Amino acid sequence: MTMTDTFLDSTELVLNMGPQHPSTHGVLRVILKLDGEKVLGTDCVIGYLHRGVEKVAENRTYAQFNPYVDRMDYVAAVSNGLGYCLAVEKLLNVEATPRAQAVRVILTELNRIGSHLLWLGTHALDIGAITPVFYCFREREESLKILERYCGARLTTHAFRIGGLQYDIYDGFQKDVLGFCDMLSPKLDEYEELLTGNRIWIGRLRNVGILNGDDCKAYGVTGPVLRAAGVQWDIRKAVPYSGYEKYDFEIPIGRSGDTFDRYLVRMQEMRQSARIVRQAAENLPEGPITAKVPKIIKPPVGEAYVSIEAPKGELGYYVVSDGSPQPYRVRVRPPSFINLQALDRMVRGALVADVVAVIGTLDIVLGEVDR
Amino acid sequence: MKELLKKMFLVDLIDGLRVTFRSQAPRKIYTEQYPAERPRVAERFRGAPRLNVNPETGQTLCIACDLCAVACPEHLIVVSSERNPETRRKELTNFTYDISRCMFCGSCEDACPTDALELTQDFELAGYSREGMIWDRKMLEEGPHPTRYKW
Repeated sequence: MTMTDTFLDSTELVLNMGPQHPSTHGVLRVILKLDGEKVLGTDCVIGYLHRGVEKVAENRTYAQFNPYVDRMDYVAAVSNGLGYCLAVEKLLNVEATPRAQAVRVILTELNRIGSHLLWLGTHALDIGAITPVFYCFREREESLKILERYCGARLTTHAFRIGGLQYDIYDGFQKDVLGFCDMLSPKLDEYEELLTGNRIWIGRLRNVGILNGDDCKAYGVTGPVLRAAGVQWDIRKAVPYSGYEKYDFEIPIGRSGDTFDRYLVRMQEMRQSARIVRQAAENLPEGPITAKVPKIIKPPVGEAYVSIEAPKGELGYYVVSDGSPQPYRVRVRPPSFINLQALDRMVRGALVADVVAVIGTLDIVLGEVDR
Repeated sequence: MKELLKKMFLVDLIDGLRVTFRSQAPRKIYTEQYPAERPRVAERFRGAPRLNVNPETGQTLCIACDLCAVACPEHLIVVSSERNPETRRKELTNFTYDISRCMFCGSCEDACPTDALELTQDFELAGYSREGMIWDRKMLEEGPHPTRYKW
């Protein structure tokens, strides 16, 4: 049979993955250029979840905008609230009281554990392991229950206020938190038993989507993805905020920067978070929960940038004030958006199934990518 | 050699199955049978709003100060009041609250100086029309009257 020159001869195929594809974690559309199963190039189309949060900020007062930041990274809403509150507090030149800082650390770390558990469950589900998702959600539920008892909401919490906290801890808060930490460690061993040694898990993740340290720095990738490449960089250690310098914890790092290392780093991070929570809950300082903040927040003219270590990476808030009760401009540096840019580099030359694994391990939240 | 034997005898598979079977006991079931079994939400839960009245006199606690409407990020609260010519005090005439736009952030509740506005533990807020989502003073004071269906 002779080959004729028709479109069927073309070896390249353009395939749309998403926006409804379940393993793109929301509404990400990836245009894949394929040669058979091999990925020649990718192009991410984003914006399906764009709500113009930064513009909304310009039409709200500082306190009114606070609940909106929870809607960006809705899996780790508490971290978002912390970053925004810290940025406005820097503008106002106030600092939260020691008790408020300790409660903030506890809730943020609980939320980090919850976020990583959700990541682990859904990532395993993408790879084909069905069981972990049920176990992870079971444990995540316990962390959400503590958040619900503390501030009345599970997901979009609005837990912190500018200058401190709205609610003091409830009776039995410390007992709940310490109980959660005690419960978590054996459960993490259980997940590791299910996954770490599993041959399919290793086969799907080992040497997939390698991103070395230099590439990470070039792309501005932060968070567990950077640490898995062997770079010891954590904002909590490098530029401590909210009293993180008081707690004793380690930064887990990986070696090769492949998908399996990122999995191991996140598992270790959950253990370290539990360690921080335990330290903070055991020595919770007494005292007021709010610093002196005027009723109507009118920061002086100026600008402030604060970045924190969110579960996904470095989350930055840049707030510009013109002296009015409303911010002149709020710019968010979302970790998911910047980590997503490295996708093309990571999957070029890999197989289609690896794209799923790499997107899962980047741990993106589309609410934050699009804002 | 050890690795090969581990692979041959499916050690990793058996390890995983052991975890799965450990979680099979009926007392370890976490699923809530929702409509039949109501979840107990936390005391501080932020659900349907309620306008509190003084339980003895039946008069509203709201002093029509408008602070909740100012605090609301979505501008969904409208407080109407008129000044009583005798006592020179503002009296509440109507209070509307648009549930459909509310994100239950609790800012209004925090702003209220008399604890008149409160977010309750009621979380079932589905309705048939958008107009029905705008609650007036009567609805806020008495609470919604859902149709009960036999389950």
